[in-house]
Amino acid sequence: MTATEMRPGAAPEPELAPPRRALDQNWRRLARMGAVAAFVEVFIALSGMPVRLDERPVIVSILSLGYVFIGAIPIVVGNRIGRQVRREGVPVHKAGGYELLAGTLAGAVAAAGLSVLVALLTHFDIREPLVNWSPQLLDLLSFNRGPVFGVLIWLGIGAVGGFIGGGLRLLPARWRRTLVTMAATVVLISILEQLVADLVSGVRLEPVADWFYGRRGGLTHSGAGVTAAIAGVAAFFGRGRLKAARAHVQSLEGPARTRATSLMILLTAAILIVVPLLVGSLTNELLANVGLFVLLALGLNIVVGLAGILDLGYVAFFAVGSYTAAVLTAATSPRINPEFPWFVALIFVVVVTGLVGLFIGAPVIRMRGDYLAIVTLGFGEIIRLLFLSDWLSGWFGGAQGITAIGGVEIFGLTTVDGTNPRGVFYLVLVFCAIAIYVSWRLERSRLGRAWMAVREDETVAEAMGINTVNVKLLAFVVGAVLGSFSGAIFANKVGSVFPSSFLILVSMVILVVVIFGGMGSIVGVIAGAALLIGVLGGPKQPGLLAEFSEFKLLIYGALLVWMMLARPEGLIPSARRTRELHQEEFLQDAWLRGEVDTDDGNGDAQGTEGRS
Amino acid sequence: MIGKWAPRTGAPRTGVDKFLTLLRVLAVGLVLVGFAAFIAQEINTDNAFAQWANPDATGLSGAGFRGLVIAGISQGAMYGLIALGYSMVYGVLGFINFAHGEVFMMGAMTGWVTSTKLAEAGLWESNFIGSFVIVLFGSILVSTFLAVVMERVAYRPLRGAPRLIPLITSIGVSFFIQNMSIVLFGPATKSYPARPDWVKNKHTALQIEGDKIMVIAAAATSMILLWYLVERTKVGKAMRAVAEDAEIAALMGINVNRTIVTVFAVGGAFAGIAGIMWGIDFGSVIGHTGFLPGIKAFSSAVVGGIGHLGGAMVGGLFIGIAEAVGPLLILEPLGVSGVSQLRDAVAFAMLIGVLLLRPSGIFGERLRAEDRA
Repeated sequence: MTATEMRPGAAPEPELAPPRRALDQNWRRLARMGAVAAFVEVFIALSGMPVRLDERPVIVSILSLGYVFIGAIPIVVGNRIGRQVRREGVPVHKAGGYELLAGTLAGAVAAAGLSVLVALLTHFDIREPLVNWSPQLLDLLSFNRGPVFGVLIWLGIGAVGGFIGGGLRLLPARWRRTLVTMAATVVLISILEQLVADLVSGVRLEPVADWFYGRRGGLTHSGAGVTAAIAGVAAFFGRGRLKAARAHVQSLEGPARTRATSLMILLTAAILIVVPLLVGSLTNELLANVGLFVLLALGLNIVVGLAGILDLGYVAFFAVGSYTAAVLTAATSPRINPEFPWFVALIFVVVVTGLVGLFIGAPVIRMRGDYLAIVTLGFGEIIRLLFLSDWLSGWFGGAQGITAIGGVEIFGLTTVDGTNPRGVFYLVLVFCAIAIYVSWRLERSRLGRAWMAVREDETVAEAMGINTVNVKLLAFVVGAVLGSFSGAIFANKVGSVFPSSFLILVSMVILVVVIFGGMGSIVGVIAGAALLIGVLGGPKQPGLLAEFSEFKLLIYGALLVWMMLARPEGLIPSARRTRELHQEEFLQDAWLRGEVDTDDGNGDAQGTEGRS
Repeated sequence: MIGKWAPRTGAPRTGVDKFLTLLRVLAVGLVLVGFAAFIAQEINTDNAFAQWANPDATGLSGAGFRGLVIAGISQGAMYGLIALGYSMVYGVLGFINFAHGEVFMMGAMTGWVTSTKLAEAGLWESNFIGSFVIVLFGSILVSTFLAVVMERVAYRPLRGAPRLIPLITSIGVSFFIQNMSIVLFGPATKSYPARPDWVKNKHTALQIEGDKIMVIAAAATSMILLWYLVERTKVGKAMRAVAEDAEIAALMGINVNRTIVTVFAVGGAFAGIAGIMWGIDFGSVIGHTGFLPGIKAFSSAVVGGIGHLGGAMVGGLFIGIAEAVGPLLILEPLGVSGVSQLRDAVAFAMLIGVLLLRPSGIFGERLRAEDRA
């Protein structure tokens, strides 16, 4: 059984052709892929990632995250090189010696890049422009055993890695999946160390945490073994059941479906309420940051995901929300300081941000999508520059910002501020729940359908009687208001607002979160925020991988490009968006199955749209 | 032209329309009142109108004004050079290559590497012209290469995808290149080696600094070369044909892929020239250098009429002069304090203003009918 066979609706698997001969390699493809991988290896090495991540062990005294990064590439390349294009009329060969040889060679070429780098590092010193051209890098790459060893060992590692990667193709799918899951889980559990250790200690099981994780981070050998074993067993036996369970839930209808959904929501809510009680303030801080970005991402999701308006200046609403809350609640605000309670200020925040959304939205809403993107970016920058300027510093404090903002007082019971991250998390959770509910209801409302119609084809939507201008403007305003909630919480959580917290960078990071998670998909957006902000960190907030902070923006950029190329519908896509993005392929599939008998020119129109 | 301003019969006037009209009137009014106040203050800072607008106004000296205009022109020439890349790519592929500003930044970064190496060898001081040519070619080479790789890796697989997809991709590319330069070269500000005196000194009756003369000369030369390339060579003919209609061009035997690569390469080369000019004029570069000039250059392309090459340069000069002079000319007379901080805000406001008043730019867009807004 292969992966394609399991996908519902895919064409049945054709008979496998006999394996290709090992020496009939496609040498040009091999050289090209190997060279690209070698280039990537050298780039990663010179970016300083391995040296920095070497401080982060995955398995105590055996493997650090730095080596995982450069060591995984030969395996990946060795596996990818054996991939066959599945196309109607082209035979698919069984895996065999061809894949093994191709994998080994490609892996060796990829790692040869590092061998060359080791040789160059020994003989030249160009640290002047390239800051990471350092003795540490040489030591790391040669395992502290001298350059000759370094050159040879990488050729060896590459060949072995490539062999493993190619060999994975020879295994039955079930075994392959089990092995990959085991490796991935070990890395994941080690990355999630802070969270897992905190959680385990929270339920008074410190000895378990100590046994599981080494003193300076990383899984202990026994910890890694147990993790791999559990993951392996779960992947080997559990996958089929998981699939069956999901199919069962999806096949439910009526009240049974509602019951299953509410059970799931209740369970999630219970976990989200209990977990913060068990973990320490550091982890709660992390959770609160993730929550703030979930809120922002849900807001942007309405604008970008549902209405299809690419708003690059979304940070403007975050900023306006923050500043409005700060001005209205802080005693130290320069001009206006009514010192409202936070919840009263929130009403003003909604009104002000809604108006700003209207003001920014009205001029841009008629523009073409790409002009709109740049112009909103311009507005985002203008708003920050205005907050920063001397001209308005009498109101907003200029570069000094507004400091000493009080916390959020909740009905006189307790005050939630930065010293109480657990409280902040619960507050954020409440607003996230509101945002999720609003998004969920809107998506299924008349307005939501209008948004999606506008996103898919504005002209047709207009012809259907939708007032596209008003509908898009509403999306803009709703998104703005959701973002302003996050801003208002942010101001009172951090206790100060500065213009430098509202760089365009923030917009970009939220955009990456939305696109990575899946435009238009609520679950996807939440998962995207949790993964990216939680693990890598936000623009200024550290994630679980604090060592990564220098590289997270690089990764975000690469991720954005890769998602657009490989999976534009995102990690957890919304069904409708997927159909829209892959319309051509759906049509082709249908045509192959004989469901569409004529080419209605739709694919053709898609093909020329972007050009002029 | 007249038709654009005539009321659209039958189209309902919504609240948004009224608001937009109000905004247009306000924008024009602000500029006019600010300019009138400026003139009033130049005549005599004590007259009633000038006093009403800004009691603390001091007026602007003629020399100061000239200096600003010259700085604006040289800055604008750089924007224009970058804008050519935006405009050409837009003309051919119909999408905004958001990462083009980073190509410019990498040009400036390469210039920093080569010029410091040359300065270490002592050539930068002893033979400035020779080293400048080497540095210039280094930058052009790297920028061109980067632009071509970008097209191959990120944009070619997306040809024909829905319009926003390549735009989002280019945002990712921009993010990536920006941070790539930071992780490879470090986050510190990179200073160019000291320039020889004649570059710093002022020349001619107009008192123009040497570096500004270099920038303007480079921009003029580039424009002439580009004009020759596009209008007089076979490659240029192919570019124009692909811009007109890629499919028909392909049917006529034009290699569309190669033409698109050429467009990226030429745009990258101009961005490289602009990068070097930036480095020599401002003396430093960091990873974020590309962002603002990139956006302003895009604004220039829009102001001039996107897809129109001469328009890109004119738009660049317009934006350059406007952001240099605008704050002092319009905002200062109205009593806004710290106007120089609002330079960038003025540049963005210009973009928004132009799109509000005349979305097709000064020379009009060169777009197919269905692409027009």
